[in-house]
Amino acid sequence: MQNGKTDKIWELLNTVPDPEIPVISVVELGVIRDVIFSENSYIISITPTYSGCPAVKAFQDDIKTCLKENNIENFELKIVYSPTWTTDWMTESTKEKLKKYGISPPSETIICPQCDSEKAELISEFGATACKALYKCKDCLEPFEHFKCI
Amino acid sequence: MDLLKYTLRIADSSIILGQRLSSWCSKGPTLEEDIALSNLSLDLFGQANSLLEYASELDGTKSADDFAFKRNEREFYNLQLTEQLNGHFGDTIVRHFFFSVYSFLFYSKLSNSKDETLAAIAAKSLKEIKYHLTHSKSWVIRLGDGTEESNKRIQKSLNDLWQFTGEFFEMDDIDQKMYKEGIGVNNSSLKSEWDKIVNTTLKESNLIRPEDGHMQSGSKNGMHTEHLGHLLSEMQFLPRAYPDAEW
Repeated sequence: MQNGKTDKIWELLNTVPDPEIPVISVVELGVIRDVIFSENSYIISITPTYSGCPAVKAFQDDIKTCLKENNIENFELKIVYSPTWTTDWMTESTKEKLKKYGISPPSETIICPQCDSEKAELISEFGATACKALYKCKDCLEPFEHFKCI
Repeated sequence: MDLLKYTLRIADSSIILGQRLSSWCSKGPTLEEDIALSNLSLDLFGQANSLLEYASELDGTKSADDFAFKRNEREFYNLQLTEQLNGHFGDTIVRHFFFSVYSFLFYSKLSNSKDETLAAIAAKSLKEIKYHLTHSKSWVIRLGDGTEESNKRIQKSLNDLWQFTGEFFEMDDIDQKMYKEGIGVNNSSLKSEWDKIVNTTLKESNLIRPEDGHMQSGSKNGMHTEHLGHLLSEMQFLPRAYPDAEW
């Protein structure tokens, strides 16, 4: 694909799921910062979520595989650090997807994804991945993961 | 090159402390703490990776992995505090508390650096280090203000590690130069704020601030305590024994 249209690239990137949270794509996660066509090549700027998040390496590989499968070879991935990734970049519909998946989305008030209660207690500031903390709902008593606001 | 050495100093403290914390994985006192310490380690490895990639760019020949795995003890510039043994949980917490108060203040300043890459990495690290500070501070309070035994043991950790806190605020020629150029941080200016956070936390924890005595020094020039060599021999074993191994 040499026509330089970036829409198609965005479309393809939107099919690459987050390796840890497969209900949202890397585009919805907000890590794809820019796609430009320059000197016959697509330059895709990516920013890491957390510095040490192992998913960053995984989704870079997934992006490469996805583009190659769609016969796009002329691209390069570029890591950018500024502006710093923030959960503010997630749209309402992305947050809704997280909630349906059982993860309390990033927000000031922590809401139980099971019963919508706002009464939750912190179990651990750290969860199974760097981006999440563990909470327990005081109403339905279910434990759940909360996507930390950063 | 001064900027390269300056970048390596920051990177090295992150990778060495990250390596230390990683040995808690599967050995934490509770499952939550096991996960917490592993996550803290991962953050530090990530920060080190960004900084070592930048070092590689500045250097032009060595890769980030070369910097991590093919330098000897005397070529590492991490703060001596970061290479100290994990000891018991309280020792690890005090080490991390001292470091995260310092890092929080250091990155707050470095995020205004004229060097765009360092500023961006610092802004990102700052978000992560805030969690480190919250976590380690809450444990200092819990252990200090806990039982007689926990208070006694964490007080000893404080006393033992205090001698490694002087290095945070040192300024050598490279630091001075970087600071004057608007790239680096004036480390000595961090002391009053560091003291304030530490003093308030210790007061809340029923712990006594150790007297300032002899402070260890030398890491800026690659001088270390006896622990770094052993740590490196484990961390660097694989790439040195199998130079062609790939991730």
